[in-house]
Amino acid sequence: MTEKIATRDAYGKALAELGRTNPDIVVLDADLSKSTKTAVFGAEFPGRFFNMGIAEANMIGTAAGLAAAGKIPFASTFAVFATGRAFDQVRNSVCYPQLNVKIAATHAGLTVGEDGASHQSVEDIALMRALPGMTVIVPADGVETRLAVQAAAAYKGPVYLRLGRPKVPVIFGDDYRFEIGKAALLQEGKDVTIVACGYMVGEALAAAETLAGEGVEARVLNMSTIKPIDTEALVKAARETGALVTAEEHNIIGGLGGAVAEVLAEECPVPIYRVGIRDTFGESGSPGDLLKKYGLTAADIVEAAKKAMAKK
Amino acid sequence: MELAAETKAMLEDKAKRIRRHIVSMLAEAGSGHPGGSLSIADIVTALYFQVMKVDPARPDWEERDRFVLSKGHACPVLYAALAERGIFPVEELKTLRKINSRLQGHPDMKKTPGVEMSTGSLGQGLAAANGMALAGKLDKKDYRVYVVLGDGEINEGMIWEAAMAAAHYGLDNLTAFLDFNGLQIDGSIREVMNSEPLPEKWAAFGWNVLTIDGHDFGEIIAAVEKAKETKGRPTMIVANTVKGKGVSFMENQVGWHGNAPSKEQAEQALAELA
Repeated sequence: MTEKIATRDAYGKALAELGRTNPDIVVLDADLSKSTKTAVFGAEFPGRFFNMGIAEANMIGTAAGLAAAGKIPFASTFAVFATGRAFDQVRNSVCYPQLNVKIAATHAGLTVGEDGASHQSVEDIALMRALPGMTVIVPADGVETRLAVQAAAAYKGPVYLRLGRPKVPVIFGDDYRFEIGKAALLQEGKDVTIVACGYMVGEALAAAETLAGEGVEARVLNMSTIKPIDTEALVKAARETGALVTAEEHNIIGGLGGAVAEVLAEECPVPIYRVGIRDTFGESGSPGDLLKKYGLTAADIVEAAKKAMAKK
Repeated sequence: MELAAETKAMLEDKAKRIRRHIVSMLAEAGSGHPGGSLSIADIVTALYFQVMKVDPARPDWEERDRFVLSKGHACPVLYAALAERGIFPVEELKTLRKINSRLQGHPDMKKTPGVEMSTGSLGQGLAAANGMALAGKLDKKDYRVYVVLGDGEINEGMIWEAAMAAAHYGLDNLTAFLDFNGLQIDGSIREVMNSEPLPEKWAAFGWNVLTIDGHDFGEIIAAVEKAKETKGRPTMIVANTVKGKGVSFMENQVGWHGNAPSKEQAEQALAELA
């Protein structure tokens, strides 16, 4: 069986690892450190860990001040609160002054599961992506999360890292190289391209396997950086495969699907189908049941791929 | 606190110059916020010309004291102080709010030398100041962080989140001023959203609270000195001020919160500030 690790777990470990080599790393949390896994850093570096209590707006504002004084703050809470509750602080205290704050938000998307719609962020990518100067990264697995955390720390400026609650299969090997703004080609193909991020990358690979069984060669791109998006890889995929499917655990409005459609509408129009949450809130349920009910499975990607190819 | 006569005269002169700049730059801009700029002119003057460690040649000097104008709409007073302190040319004040200017309608730390934090969306500056104070403690630096809040601004819930955090983390290197002029945009604070009693609220949040006349340099500087001696908690200086202070027809008039003077009104104001 494939090894599985939640991206939030990989985040906690990566953060502690980073803390050992970089004394400027400081971490803030809003009373969810055991869930976001920042507690791992907190246990090792109590002097550089600030629990801000259940006050997300103040956490982001404080992170901005720490960054203004030269620190590299990572601020964590659930995605729905980091981007919704504290949106104005992210906008005005972090992005507008381009301060070096990393917002690492966990429990994104439907796979929060049983907590239900109040805790399931379906709009966070859209919110963060619309902010000038914000970099948006959605790692697909534990390996990529670790590298993305390191890249975010090395990059100067605001970064939004979107992480998940459930354990997900490890996709990348130790030789994987992550670069902000670069898509990773996971599988070559000429008939259709599946562009996926986060949890949906695993489903995209499964879909490609199913399609291969039917004689369809699907290209699979892991678009972990949603902003700045890899325009070159998208245009190449559009030219060479002529049809695309996007797959994300997010509203089909404003997220990965929106970003891909925007780029290709201008640069190389081809049929695109978006697999994602269809402009609705979620509900309580197991992650597996939710993904099935809301159309976020490999089978949904296969169906969308066929529709896109038919429109060529 | 009795200031030396020459210190007092210097500060009074600077404050008058700063008030004149506020009136002139707002008249030139044709929009902006005179009332709350004038109400804190003496506090900002005391900070920049007596209290804070600042090096005009190196606005980003690591050891400098930090000033965050949380009530960002009062930025004309900050720009005037920075110019008078020699951080950028006084001449540049005329560009306020105009296209391509470094002097934005609300403070922009990326554009204006000497501005420590971009503010304008009310309620956020105290959290940023807390972050700077936390960083100062982590780095074992002895710089101090000053922040000015508006009495209307503290309607924002985030202020109280930050108030809790500053006390929780014992930020004794942080000193806040509350510009208690009693007026916000829609009327008096008592009518719009009564936040009184103010000193009691900050004390209940764990702050060292001092109450002063915000137009008396001796009291401002004495309070700052007391704040420096206070260990283990932040200090809030509740400053009783007059909105529009120094211009007779603007004083205590809510209508002068966010309206620029006409050319004639500016001339009258400048005559009073001569």
